[in-house]
Amino acid sequence: MSIMELNGGSCVAMVGKNCVAIACDLRLGNQALTVATNFSKVFPVTPSTLVGLPGLATDTMTVWEKLRFRTNMYEMKENRKISPQTLAHLVSSTLYEKRFGPYFVEPVIAGLDNSGVPFIASTDLIGCINFAKDFVVSGTASEKLFGMAESLWEPDLAPEELFETISQTLLNAVDRDAFSGWGAIVWVVEMDGSEGKVTKRWLRGRMD
Amino acid sequence: RNHIALRPSSAASWTRAELAKSIRSRNPYSVNLLLGGWDPTSNTPHLYWLDYLGTMATVPFAAHGYGAYFSLSTMDRYHNPEGTLEEGLDLLRKCINELETRFIVNLGKFKVRVADKDGVRVVEL
Repeated sequence: MSIMELNGGSCVAMVGKNCVAIACDLRLGNQALTVATNFSKVFPVTPSTLVGLPGLATDTMTVWEKLRFRTNMYEMKENRKISPQTLAHLVSSTLYEKRFGPYFVEPVIAGLDNSGVPFIASTDLIGCINFAKDFVVSGTASEKLFGMAESLWEPDLAPEELFETISQTLLNAVDRDAFSGWGAIVWVVEMDGSEGKVTKRWLRGRMD
Repeated sequence: RNHIALRPSSAASWTRAELAKSIRSRNPYSVNLLLGGWDPTSNTPHLYWLDYLGTMATVPFAAHGYGAYFSLSTMDRYHNPEGTLEEGLDLLRKCINELETRFIVNLGKFKVRVADKDGVRVVEL
């Protein structure tokens, strides 16, 4: 019984044409028992970046609280919002600090930098960054998410197409995983002039 | 210090942080909790499920322990989120009856407490 599989949950992020999308399921369990069906693992960091933290739920919240503190301090000192690339490195160093007693989360990061260029990344539980160009997956349904994403993803998807693609990737992957599911949320980030515009949608999925 | 009691959401967040600190200490707390309360600033009830690892979830109804495997099913079926206190106590009675019927351990008498706008008090089921 792995610690990463105690609470369950999965996340996926994808790159589109001048947009990114990130999605997660809503289940919180205690091994086979489902405890809550409203536990989102994705958190907004800036108006145009979000981070998903699937894994052990207590560490999901702890790492989010640490990240929130660090990104708030960054904004106060630098007087600007943190870029997604820098955020990925911040997540990496936050996790590597605990190299020999790690946080049991495997984050995915998605966002647009100020020029609107899409960026996604994921890290392992000790902060090794994966700079993917297409999609990143994490959580108990990661293998299923890899399979779904590899088949469904194609480059240069428009925001509405990307929404459909990431939704089907997540829904069909979690339906095959006992520890993920019970609802899902998708965030699509695009540029609205010079501001990030985030559209958050709840998915209709199998509630079992 | 602040001449006012903590709101339930703040109390739950603080407790969660203490538990999260404890789990990686030399001698961690081994306690799961259900935290319920009334927030007088917004006039809303709150219920939180916390465990010894520092996991926290906002839930409409909750249970801990082996009894949870029985009572959650009863609550899934009969819980009314807009119900009155009497309906809630009735639901509690149904859960306890379920345990008395199907659970191998005899749990004896339950102590029931209510938290609402009039504060916290003990209630006889």
